Amino acid sequence: MNLDRRTLLTASAAAAVASFFGTGRAFATVEDVTKAIEEFTGGAEVSEGALTLTTPEIAENGNSVPVSVLVESPMTEDDYVESVMILAEENPLPDVATFHFTPMSGEAKASTRMRLAKTQNVLAVAKMSNGSLYKASNNVKVTIGGCGG
Amino acid sequence: MAKPRIKVPKKVSAGDVITIKTLVSHKMESGQRKDKEGNVIPRKIINKFSCDFNGTPVFSCDMDPAVAANPYFEFKAKVEEAGTFKFTWVDDDGNVIEAEKEVSLS
Repeated sequence: MNLDRRTLLTASAAAAVASFFGTGRAFATVEDVTKAIEEFTGGAEVSEGALTLTTPEIAENGNSVPVSVLVESPMTEDDYVESVMILAEENPLPDVATFHFTPMSGEAKASTRMRLAKTQNVLAVAKMSNGSLYKASNNVKVTIGGCGG
Repeated sequence: MAKPRIKVPKKVSAGDVITIKTLVSHKMESGQRKDKEGNVIPRKIINKFSCDFNGTPVFSCDMDPAVAANPYFEFKAKVEEAGTFKFTWVDDDGNVIEAEKEVSLS
């Protein structure tokens, strides 16, 4: 019984978001996301691990969703994290923000708050000073979309 | 321009990695919204935030319209000496918000 109610609630929430945005709104495509990643990585291979992306499982309000990244790194002059790019795969524009770290950061850890238009995957890609790349992604369920209207 | 809110420990031990939190009031108009007449409201966001310590870059962030209103950041900094943190926010219209915080060694 509970499950049925939950399914119904999810469906009605999705419908509400859909009507809120109307039908004409363009969301980012897979190509947009791939292009953004390629621009950041230069087409090099991206591996898993070292990067931790933290997002809520469910965001009640898409206007302000906390996001934080943490990259394991000694953060010395020879070996540190240069930057971390955050993408929201199905926002109108996939780019969210890019953090830039230096050895002075001490620890490659940063948080901010972002807007999510709807339930989607959030992706982060980290670039190290030696050129190696790491990625991580999380799914965030959004109850009320956050891009105005 | 709005006065930013910044949290930095006043006293630190040399070599400490400290946490810095910043928040600045800004609408972060995404350029995706429309007004009552259906015209697109032009984008106006803070597109760049940076933090330097005694002139050396510590942390910075390039922002896109998906950053929420009143952009908030939490990040780390390694402090080896007393000095001044300088924070800079750059608006799309070219306006710059600046703030400074001093730290001393305990």
